[in-house]
Amino acid sequence: MNVFFKAPGLASPPAGVSRRTILRAMGGVGIGLVIGADLSLSGGAAQAAETATADINPFVRIAPDGTVTVIIKHLDLGQGTTTGLTTLVAEEMDADWAQMRTDFAPNDASRYGNKIFGGAQGTGGSTAIAASFDVYRKAGASARAMLVAAAAKAMNVPARTITVAGGKLTSGSKTLTFGEVAEAAAKEPMPQDPPLKASRDFALVGKDKLPRTDNVLKTTGKAIYTQDIKLPGMLVAVVAHPPRFGARVAKVDDAAAKAVKGVEGVVTVPQGVAVLARSTYAAMKGRDALNVEWDEAAAEKRGTDALRAEYKAALGKKGTTAETEGQVEAAFAQQGVKIVEADFEFPFLAHAPMEPMNCVVQITGDKVEIWNASQFPAIDTPTAAAVAGTTPDKVKINGLWAGGSFGRRASSTADYVAEAVAIAKAHGKGVPVKLVWTREDDMKAGSYRPMYMHRVKAAVDASGKPVAWKHHVVGQSLITGTAFEGAMVKDGVDATSVEGAAEMGYAIPNRLVELTSTKVGVPVLWWRSVGHTHTAYAVETMIDQLAKAAGRDPVAFRMELIKDPRLKAVLALAAEKADWGKPLEKGRFRGVAAHKSFNTYVAEIAEITMLDKGYKVDRVVAAVDCGVVVNPDVVRAQVEGGVGFGLGHAMQAAITLTDGAVDQANFDTFEPLRMSQMPNVEVHIVPSTEAPTGIGEPGVPPIAPAVANALFAATGKPMLNLPFNRQTIGS
Amino acid sequence: MPITLSINGQARTVEAEPDTPLLWVLRDELDLVGTKFGCGQALCGACTVHVDGMAVRSCQTAVGDIGESKVVTIEGIGSREAKAVQAAWQDLNVVQCGYCQSGQIMSAVALLTDNKKPTDSDIDSAMDGNVCRCATYHRIRAAIHDAARRLEA
Repeated sequence: MNVFFKAPGLASPPAGVSRRTILRAMGGVGIGLVIGADLSLSGGAAQAAETATADINPFVRIAPDGTVTVIIKHLDLGQGTTTGLTTLVAEEMDADWAQMRTDFAPNDASRYGNKIFGGAQGTGGSTAIAASFDVYRKAGASARAMLVAAAAKAMNVPARTITVAGGKLTSGSKTLTFGEVAEAAAKEPMPQDPPLKASRDFALVGKDKLPRTDNVLKTTGKAIYTQDIKLPGMLVAVVAHPPRFGARVAKVDDAAAKAVKGVEGVVTVPQGVAVLARSTYAAMKGRDALNVEWDEAAAEKRGTDALRAEYKAALGKKGTTAETEGQVEAAFAQQGVKIVEADFEFPFLAHAPMEPMNCVVQITGDKVEIWNASQFPAIDTPTAAAVAGTTPDKVKINGLWAGGSFGRRASSTADYVAEAVAIAKAHGKGVPVKLVWTREDDMKAGSYRPMYMHRVKAAVDASGKPVAWKHHVVGQSLITGTAFEGAMVKDGVDATSVEGAAEMGYAIPNRLVELTSTKVGVPVLWWRSVGHTHTAYAVETMIDQLAKAAGRDPVAFRMELIKDPRLKAVLALAAEKADWGKPLEKGRFRGVAAHKSFNTYVAEIAEITMLDKGYKVDRVVAAVDCGVVVNPDVVRAQVEGGVGFGLGHAMQAAITLTDGAVDQANFDTFEPLRMSQMPNVEVHIVPSTEAPTGIGEPGVPPIAPAVANALFAATGKPMLNLPFNRQTIGS
Repeated sequence: MPITLSINGQARTVEAEPDTPLLWVLRDELDLVGTKFGCGQALCGACTVHVDGMAVRSCQTAVGDIGESKVVTIEGIGSREAKAVQAAWQDLNVVQCGYCQSGQIMSAVALLTDNKKPTDSDIDSAMDGNVCRCATYHRIRAAIHDAARRLEA
């Protein structure tokens, strides 16, 4: 489905395009519903259109008018992957940026799998560019070679005489456009190992600043998200969910709901009671009119206070060893060491992307068609099939823009997709059903970043050198009980619970990292930067406490301890750009943090002003090394956004439970960062020839500890509980 | 009941209960889906439209209360200020996921229509009701200043 631009589709074939081309295109990815820019004008009715495009390979198709469409196999949830992958193809094809278009790949792991996920199709772990850098370069280079071969025949010249630039193939005085040779090029043999450009020849990769491919769509209201899908006969479903996790429907009185004008049906599904209506507002009104009794026998009824007490008790017991080196207890027992101890608390956090979860499903016979910004087609596809009672090959997912995710759309259980399919199946009329979660539904639905507690005990010797570090993490596993358990839980240790602490960036000879995975009935899920959201905080604030105990400057202390030269380099660059060491005016303080996540190195230095009440974060200087950079401005944007995202949660957002029920419902109680709180952010990129690594997440982990360390510098008191604003800060 | 509204310069008659939020009439009845649903409680600004030139949260505006007022959505903006804002947004690569950006742009256009040279503090006041979970605030601020410069020229 082309949701990006109105395809250059034509109701009848243009001159020179054979019926065969069209049929071939229809059999491939190049044909589908066209509902892009014209949705608002066409009454929302999806219209079928034939596109006379040539599929050069699974990633590139070219239309007769010369537009090159890149098939994007990763979800774009704002991180700019669409721009990045398109840049790689345009680079290797020697195309003109203005001729590039994009479309989302369907669910088909045979063509669109993620090699870092073992070939499963999905987006996450900041892997899109890392996994697909070579794939899209090869796709572009292969397309270029096929265009050259076809042009050589058409112009009757040797291929070596042809030069390619700006989307044109030239030999002597003869010139052909990509569009003119596309159909013939598609019939050329596909080179398996086409030569790639040397990095010194890059014209687009690494250059400032190519406009994002989605700039126009997203500034004119024309980008189409799942929420915007409207199909003929479609009903909107709004669901009454249980007030506590694990509760089930006991009894439903739906008489008042069915009396609401526009309501077409009420169905009970495992997730709750769904009201289906002809409009969203009618479905919401119908849901409000439901009277549901819940069976809470199996429900989780512990609140935050009860969990806190249990986690605190667990901190005092031995956990499962996740990492050990040297003799940590012997090191603590040495004469003359200074010991620093701290307990940390991290709350549950909602992802709360701007677009609440939603999904459109139509079941026709044994076929299931889904419209969803699917982040894990590898999970969504088999889950939808199982719920519908069909096989995965009968499930088709149409990709769309995602209004954020931060991990939420990468559900390890495909929760909201399963709910939408269950409703469509229970309704059973074969019409498309759009499941819409309100903000309250989305915030109360769980799949949170888990609550964690950490205990860290560390020691410096008489010379101020850290000699021992004992770290215990207590909290729910993200992985146990999911499809990822086999690969990601080893010897009882969920790697995502301790990542960033187990493989710490500092040389400390005696270390023990332990984990206690708790069993709580609150659904949990990875949240932008996963384990690093809490491990980096504990490590980086504790390092500042140790520096203070050793009487050392926090940057100099780190520089001596950091093992990896790339982490050292980003710290040195951030310190230089932030004028670390240069005194600030009265009332202003700096804090630093440096952390590697998803193979990317980031250091951040926060400058704050202490106010009569509280503080303000004024400026953040970041330095990043993510290997070869495809789009520098996208990298900067991801770090800027990562800083803002991390900061809002560090300062003021938390999900809490009272007797198992979620206390927050909307943005008044789960407070997002707002414009007036956003600091100035400067991002500096370390030039690199290393393989590209992730950038969607690594900007997040350092900001909370950097600000905490600035507050520590200001007040002398370490910040142990998140969010900060739970405690009184300053005088 | 039939209600006639002025939407993007056109009279549009819809069948809706008067308490229906304008947001859902725009999206479900008129297929103007550029205006987004984010919170339903006027807490996030994703649904911002102009009503007689003022930035208004359409999720908390009942269609029965609009009367003769002129509603303009992201699909209908075209003033000098709107063009400057959109151009600045594009030049500075402001968008990330983009879901809040229609609302951000509607608030920014209303601000610049009223105030040709907003200060940082004016921007804070005008834009604090528009949440961006991707935290593109830094660039939104720069883009509003950039649009103001374009309007001076």
